[in-house]
Amino acid sequence: MKPTRVTNSIRALRFTRDEMTQAELADRIGVTRQTVIAIEQGRYSPSLEMAFRIAHVFGVGLDAVFQYNPDRQPEE
Amino acid sequence: MSIAQKRAWAMMIASTAAYLVYVVLIVTNLRDPMSDTPYVAPLLWTVGGSVVATVLAEIGFAVSTRREGKAALRTDERDHEIDRFGEHVGQAFIVIGAIGALVMAMLQWPYFWIANLIYLAFVLSAVLGSAARLAAYRQNFQPW
Repeated sequence: MKPTRVTNSIRALRFTRDEMTQAELADRIGVTRQTVIAIEQGRYSPSLEMAFRIAHVFGVGLDAVFQYNPDRQPEE
Repeated sequence: MSIAQKRAWAMMIASTAAYLVYVVLIVTNLRDPMSDTPYVAPLLWTVGGSVVATVLAEIGFAVSTRREGKAALRTDERDHEIDRFGEHVGQAFIVIGAIGALVMAMLQWPYFWIANLIYLAFVLSAVLGSAARLAAYRQNFQPW
């Protein structure tokens, strides 16, 4: 599978929002908890719409949640 | 484990077990020549058994996750993308089996071999398609 250079701050954002659980975030964006875990760990890149839904839950812009690092060595 | 992951496991286990039973039934009833071995009843029973096992597993998942609420039965876009990926992997074996069966029919091979090649292709499609899904759940899966 293709590795990714996209990183995210979902874990940090969850903790700043009263330690929101992965299950709670999953419910709010309408996905499974396993998908939230995969996104957090960088094992899955969400669609643009799902990315916006995540950003909307935290009340921040897309680039506060997801970052693209061209110099980052992608993990297999 | 999500419901889609459980389904992939159920499909892989049921298809593998059914085919192993089929092979044992064929090997224990071998005739000479091999193409005279009765295969229709074992094939139908094992395919039927596999379908019933998969349906029972689905019922079992629904009952066991009832206490966890609707979220436990939810599937999302990642599940659908992984499912499509698994279908894509499995599809290759259906095509190989179909082309092989076509060639065998043109060469007038016995029905036994043609039916067995098609059955094997379906089993490989189900098993390897499910294995690809499970691997995608465990590893890095980027749909683009």
